[in-house]
Amino acid sequence: MGIVSPGFRGRRRPAGATELPPGQYLTEDFPVLSAGPTPRVPLDRWELLVTTETDQQYRWTWSELMSLPTESPVVDLHCVTKWSKLATAWEGVSLDALLGGVETAAEYALVSSYGGYTTNLPLADLLDGRAWIAFRYDGRDLVPEHGGPARLLVPHLYLWKSAKWVRGIRLLVRDRPGFWETAGYHDYGDPWREQRYQGD
Amino acid sequence: MAARDETPSARTLVLDVPDWPGHQAGQHVDVRLTAEDGYTAQRSYSIANAADGGRLELTVQRVPEGEVSEYLTGVYRVGDPVEIRGPVGGWFVWRPAEPDPVLLVGGGSGIVPLMAMIRARKAGGSRVPFRLIYSVRSPEDGYYADELRTRARDDSGLDVAYVYTRRAPRNWPEPPRRVGVAALNTAGWPPELAPLCYVCGPTGFVETVADTLVALGHDPARVRTERFGPTGG
Repeated sequence: MGIVSPGFRGRRRPAGATELPPGQYLTEDFPVLSAGPTPRVPLDRWELLVTTETDQQYRWTWSELMSLPTESPVVDLHCVTKWSKLATAWEGVSLDALLGGVETAAEYALVSSYGGYTTNLPLADLLDGRAWIAFRYDGRDLVPEHGGPARLLVPHLYLWKSAKWVRGIRLLVRDRPGFWETAGYHDYGDPWREQRYQGD
Repeated sequence: MAARDETPSARTLVLDVPDWPGHQAGQHVDVRLTAEDGYTAQRSYSIANAADGGRLELTVQRVPEGEVSEYLTGVYRVGDPVEIRGPVGGWFVWRPAEPDPVLLVGGGSGIVPLMAMIRARKAGGSRVPFRLIYSVRSPEDGYYADELRTRARDDSGLDVAYVYTRRAPRNWPEPPRRVGVAALNTAGWPPELAPLCYVCGPTGFVETVADTLVALGHDPARVRTERFGPTGG
């Protein structure tokens, strides 16, 4: 147990409430966190580009993305700034559908955004029904502040891995740290193991 | 260790942290509180002071129902131990070696990391010109009011401009308004000077200011933002 702060009682969650990862607290609204201005991406110029370790490229325009089968995941979100939001409803295309036809032996992915943001994660974490290119939230088109027109959604990792304004996925043989990871945040970021910072 | 009130709802805690490795202006720490039965809660707070040995200053805004901020601004007594982890963050930082002019735009409690930069500028002997635009609801809501007045007079190359959103001081030349094109044009830098811009405050404030800076011609890559969600705590 840590150092006790005298007189601190805290506000505990009621018995039987959904368990949260360590160090997280529950929020009902949807805070916005990003490192710079919100990019605006016109749909007629939007594209998603997957580049393999052999520099082979796969592209989807917005209309091509829209023609793919969609899924409607309802997932919990955990942000490294300590808030968690439960049962959020999204609509998007599974990464399995996008990456299924991509030939690669890579083990890592570096995801990039319009606006220049990047984040890294193992390729396996984008597969098996655990990650989506999401473009609707709570029944509406995803607003730019939350990553619209489309963001990556990888809810089993801290939310900074769910890159807003997603533009590309580079498949890599070796892990390459992204924006926050270079600044000291964890390369993997599992909220249940509280992997907030490098070394956790 | 000491504490001082900045406004009726904000308090600065001066902590003595053994083995503190030092920090850069703009970084934050995680504060973890533990109750007697082992229950813990943690939140992030921006560091308000320039690096100064083991001394760490945090200015905490009381958030209604905020389980950590209500404790730190109310129950907490000088000398009580708290657990600190950090420093954290490597993007929303300013280093005294940076050569470019700086624009700081703060809304409410978003002044805290910007104040660390202003203090670090002086402490580090930087002569880079700084301009601060500080948006507050009313004159009583501004943090560090005396110090900012003194520094605007004595820290050569620092300009401080206030924008009042609800109620301005008597005889203020303009009615209350939000930070927009006018304030950013008159109290900011022209984009041609390629300043580094730091914008910190509530989400809506940061969205508006960052969008306006980009519309005015600032390079989005030079606009760094830090947003305080409405939840905080």
